[in-house]
Amino acid sequence: MAISLGFHILFAVVGIALPLMMVISEALWLRTGDPVYRVLAKRWARGAAILFAVGAVSGTVLSFELGLLWPNFMKFAGPIIGVGFGLEGFAFFTEAIFLGIYLYGWDRIPPRTHLLAGVVVAFSGALSGMLVVAVNAWMNAPAGFDLAGTIAVNIDPLGALWNAATLSEAIHMTLASYAATGLLVAGIHAFLLRRDRSNPFHRRALGIALAVGGTASLLVPISGHYAAHVVAKTQPVKLAALEGQFRTQRRAPLRIGGFPDPATETTPYAIEIPAGLSILAYNDPNAEVAGLDSVPPADRPPVRVIHVAFQIMVGSGMAMAGVSFWAGVSAWRRRKVPDGALFLTALIAVSPLGMLAIEAGWTVTEVGRQPWIIHGLMRTKDAITPVPGLWVSLLSYSALYSMLGVVVAWLLAIQFRDSPLPVEIATTEKRAH
Amino acid sequence: MEMISSISPAEAVAAVMLLALVAYALLGGADYGAGVWDLLARGPRAEAQRELIAHAIGPVWEANHVWLIIVIVLLFTGFPLAFATVMTSLHVPLSLMLVGIVLRGSAFTFRSYDNVTGKHRWNQLFSVPSVVTPILLGTVIGAIATGNPGRAVISGGPIPLFNTWLQPFPLVVGLFALTIFAFLAAVYLTLETTDPLLQEDFRTRALLAAVVLGGVAWVVYLLARRDAPLLFGGLSGSPWGIPVRYATGAFAIATLASLGFRWFSLARLTAMAQVALILWGCALAQYPLLVPPEIDVDHGAAPAVVQKILLIVLGGGSLVLLPSLYYLFHIFKGHTFHTHHRDETSGAANFRGRKS
Repeated sequence: MAISLGFHILFAVVGIALPLMMVISEALWLRTGDPVYRVLAKRWARGAAILFAVGAVSGTVLSFELGLLWPNFMKFAGPIIGVGFGLEGFAFFTEAIFLGIYLYGWDRIPPRTHLLAGVVVAFSGALSGMLVVAVNAWMNAPAGFDLAGTIAVNIDPLGALWNAATLSEAIHMTLASYAATGLLVAGIHAFLLRRDRSNPFHRRALGIALAVGGTASLLVPISGHYAAHVVAKTQPVKLAALEGQFRTQRRAPLRIGGFPDPATETTPYAIEIPAGLSILAYNDPNAEVAGLDSVPPADRPPVRVIHVAFQIMVGSGMAMAGVSFWAGVSAWRRRKVPDGALFLTALIAVSPLGMLAIEAGWTVTEVGRQPWIIHGLMRTKDAITPVPGLWVSLLSYSALYSMLGVVVAWLLAIQFRDSPLPVEIATTEKRAH
Repeated sequence: MEMISSISPAEAVAAVMLLALVAYALLGGADYGAGVWDLLARGPRAEAQRELIAHAIGPVWEANHVWLIIVIVLLFTGFPLAFATVMTSLHVPLSLMLVGIVLRGSAFTFRSYDNVTGKHRWNQLFSVPSVVTPILLGTVIGAIATGNPGRAVISGGPIPLFNTWLQPFPLVVGLFALTIFAFLAAVYLTLETTDPLLQEDFRTRALLAAVVLGGVAWVVYLLARRDAPLLFGGLSGSPWGIPVRYATGAFAIATLASLGFRWFSLARLTAMAQVALILWGCALAQYPLLVPPEIDVDHGAAPAVVQKILLIVLGGGSLVLLPSLYYLFHIFKGHTFHTHHRDETSGAANFRGRKS
């Protein structure tokens, strides 16, 4: 399941953000009449199609896996969070319909209608992502029901969906999707632009990708700060694990780097900023931050993995925000897409970090909740299926997904590798008039 | 039927679930069937047949697939106990089915975007799972009808990996599902081309599939007497069972006749009605059980408030979904309603049928 999700999250993230860029490009084509934008929109649409197909099948697999691997979880949680999945199903359905119209409808429907179909794809894609995240948020901050023994009563599905963690997780994840995809695509075009400096195709692609990815990258740290506030309230133990905070204390320091040692209950080798954590989590240097010692050892998550993953996520995010800031300043001062050799190199260097940060962030939120599958209510080991020979399906799913991942990466590479031939642009131009 | 006035939210959700399953069979099922014909493409026009298939299912492919996700989501939200039982007791065929779905779903898209390795390899990866997956889907449904998976979970012992489904009846139902899908696809494809030779190709295939379908249906019915008595009893003994069976048979004969006279639009309509009736009949025969012998629409269902909210969500969602679907089919399937002038009268009715 974790492996399926680990793949699905990458496909989904690009699948959320790519349609936005494709729509922007098409809108620019309609506005300026520049055929390069149309070629670009079509290129990105192909990428979106591949990712949607894979997102759709891996999403189907996940909806089955919920039951195949976690039947006890679903027996309890299905009625509470199912409505979220139902809404997500509709958003996804809408996306599928309009993606079909968008991909196969060039020149078959009026251009503005076509653009509108693209807008629907971008919007419903983001919406379905947010709904899935809302369900995940519920596992972190369960709400919308009362517990009678082991059975949930007084179920309020909408309350469950709108739980304490929903808003922060949904904003953070959506922005992160745009940031990671935008900068990844920008990095690819920066790489191609460096080899072919005057290519108008890559120049325009870089402009759009940077605008989307850069803006989002600057906003992600703010949403992350807000998310940390929420985690401090809803899951203090997770926050402690993120920060390698073993002891409950006032004026808790913010640790940068370091490697927690559960045996001695310390986090050596970290740069400590005094009272930093208390300020970040509660806006008050004297606030008390709960440590891992606030719960018995059996209820503590694996602190090493989480602390390291968290450092990777924050570090990547900061590097991305830095390069985006650079791009913003440069674009503002020179009134054109930044294309200095040094800048392009820096952009290429940070472009894969977004995906790394997303995997790390996902590790943080999922592993950080352990040993619980539903925070404070159900342990992961109690939720798993009683079917024997589970490792067989685990292995085969992993193999299948690894293969899919390779094929998708390779196909995307084909789509983006070739600069469009002048012929392609010329035919587009002819058709457009 | 007096129960319509007093229908409970859970029953309504179950009905919607069945509607979605019928939609999946009629639309997504036909995509599987198209894969079967892709694999069996033979003769001088093999390439043309494959191209027609890819062209026909391309735009609607993803949307058709989502019906299955809707069914699953409704099942685990509305009937969590049924979902958990099915997923545990039929773990193996469902996992295999998923592998099939992943392979064909990705291969279909990949082949459109891969200009390097050539389409042949992706074709195989698309068409072979298109044959295996529906068999597994049918097997799962057949196995549920026997009551064995339900009993395996109730007994509390270790869950058998193969015994619940590797039996004659479920496997024949799997074959039945495959034949249904191939039959539907062939009938639809007759309307997708203006080339009379290709049209004849698929007409022959449709007729062939219809005959095989009749044979397999008969075997299913006979085996049901022993292996799925609930289904058999419902279909042969209940007051509605006989009219449903006769209606299904009448539609089957009408389809054969329309194919014979080359009234393809009418054939599509009656074929769809025939398949929808088969599913409704089987569902009615089992009603109110979801997973025999114990789990029904009341036992193990989610609380009424959840079902009600689910219905509201479904209603609201349909307001967006149905016009969108109409628009999609209007753009890409409109030509199958207009270019063929052999029976214009059924055109309008047919279009409504297509959306059911």
